[in-house]
Amino acid sequence: MKIENLKKYFPVKNGVFKKSEYVHAVDNVDLEIPKEKIFSVVGESGSGKTTLGRTVLRLVEPTSGQVIYNGADITKISQHKMVKFRKKMQIVFQDPYNSLHPRRLVKDIVGESLVIHERITSTEMLSRVKDILGKVGLNEDHMFRYPHEFSGGQRQRIAIARALILNPEFLVLDEPTSALDVSVQAVILELLKKLKDEFSLTYLFITHNLAVVDYMSDFVAVMYLGQIVEVGKKDDIFSSPMHPYTYALLSSIPKPDPKQKRATVVFKGEIPSAVNPPSGCRFHTRCLYAQDICRTEEPRSLEIFKGHFVKCHFPLNKK
Amino acid sequence: MSKNLLEVKNLKVVFHTYRGTVHALDGISFDVKKNEKLGIIGETGCGKSVTSLAIMRLIDLPGEITNGEIIFDGKDIMKLSENLLNDIRGKDISMIFQEPLSSLNPVMKVGFQIGESISRVKKSSMKESRQDVLDALEVVGLDPKRVIDLYPHELSGGMAQRVMISMALSTNPKLMIADEPTSALDVTIQAQIIALLDDLVSKMRNTVILITHDLGVAAQFCDRILIMYAGNVVENAKTDELFENPLHPYTKGLLKAIPKIGNRGKLVGIPGNVPDLVNPPTGCRFHPRCPYAMEICKIEKPSLKMETSDHGVACHLYG
Repeated sequence: MKIENLKKYFPVKNGVFKKSEYVHAVDNVDLEIPKEKIFSVVGESGSGKTTLGRTVLRLVEPTSGQVIYNGADITKISQHKMVKFRKKMQIVFQDPYNSLHPRRLVKDIVGESLVIHERITSTEMLSRVKDILGKVGLNEDHMFRYPHEFSGGQRQRIAIARALILNPEFLVLDEPTSALDVSVQAVILELLKKLKDEFSLTYLFITHNLAVVDYMSDFVAVMYLGQIVEVGKKDDIFSSPMHPYTYALLSSIPKPDPKQKRATVVFKGEIPSAVNPPSGCRFHTRCLYAQDICRTEEPRSLEIFKGHFVKCHFPLNKK
Repeated sequence: MSKNLLEVKNLKVVFHTYRGTVHALDGISFDVKKNEKLGIIGETGCGKSVTSLAIMRLIDLPGEITNGEIIFDGKDIMKLSENLLNDIRGKDISMIFQEPLSSLNPVMKVGFQIGESISRVKKSSMKESRQDVLDALEVVGLDPKRVIDLYPHELSGGMAQRVMISMALSTNPKLMIADEPTSALDVTIQAQIIALLDDLVSKMRNTVILITHDLGVAAQFCDRILIMYAGNVVENAKTDELFENPLHPYTKGLLKAIPKIGNRGKLVGIPGNVPDLVNPPTGCRFHPRCPYAMEICKIEKPSLKMETSDHGVACHLYG
């Protein structure tokens, strides 16, 4: 999968006579997601990571740009032809309490897409649902129950089963464990890793939790105010972050170890509004190293090492 | 050694629901020393928030405190009249909640809301307390002249939490209870708020109870940690000791389940789910999920015994 110049602006209206403004939710994003890898997008709330995930699947229509999947630009094709691609691309949402229909049985929630895409008999559907539930650690007794009878972790398993039943190739995981307790989160993350190998899946993993990113991913993209500020192999990003934002993010995480005391960089200020993003480099209002050029000129994304891109005038380069 | 500011003995809280009686707190005991920063940690539904509400006797119907003693600064909170209790609330004990924006009154200016508690405690008029409000806002790093006239919807999450902190500390309480103060915030803002809290309470020498589900936050902030599970305190130890030498199987499981940056090992979750507190498991409430469960665990509830003079654990494996 390849993403080029992808943009999504949401219009916001302020009053009747004012011109409508735009929230620059995703602004000129370029990414390449290699096959059968876990590609993580990390950022704070409002950075546009969820919108990116949805735009990639055309759950929201992009304002401009291309999403190329197996050689075809899926932003240009008709909704009718899109159905063929939907089979291959699925999503798991953050909150398993809201993403499952409360008045439908698990077998219908999981099996619905089979009925739509493959027009199969109901006995066949049941056996396929049974198989997939087994793969995610549930069993056939669970098929005739309603979502409220399940705990958060089990519901997320149902949501994963629903995404996997059509044998997709590409899965967007939008904060799949953020609503879960840590002891359950660990189980679900392990399950996702296992399923990736079993079904040869490619993941676009969206999260705000850097420790989870470190645990799960092969590649990482860091988002800030709709833009990718740094992207590269996970090990490169974690061992030598080059964008000041990445560096600050990494040092802000409270370490579950009393011996490693507090963050070294506590940086000032909050995320600016995406309606009027700051001029020049969008991070300059919070950056410790900002200079005059950062306020006026937007930095380009440069490849500093092979496969490690950073969008900064003065990348931190410790070597 | 400084003496205890708060002593909680055998506290039991139940909630009467039409599904049955929820045994939210099942006889918990702990002490908080003067100037100590105590962390209470546990997963969803373990009773950590109920504990904090019970300390201020804020449990209302259908909830009920059925048993226990709460000794605060020599006074038994359970025996005080509502009037005397109101003198303690806000003045000697104050609280910060998880969702700052939903705990502020949306139709009152920030300045008024802070001024209200100051003028009540100091028995001064709102006009006289204006200077105190400005000072309180200054302390938490906000621009006092601007923020005093704002409404809560004009604040960001981080600013709103600063307002809550200024409100809670404006009366210089002996004990401050912070219930998940940073869980709704982004990591970079979380780092700012934790640093601010730490700085303020060490200057003003307040005692703090920090309630959180995030072991990282607790490791960075607290002197001592209580681990709670299903309405019981299962372990109580100094922070360093707890992370170095966890005793209870649940604590061990939790520590193994958190993803850590740089840790390449496998994540191990805790199998099963948090029990339903309408019908809690007999004996030790953790036994259905415990890898070391013995016969006695199903029958007899372990009491919290001191392993060393400063490290208590409620488990049949010890003592």
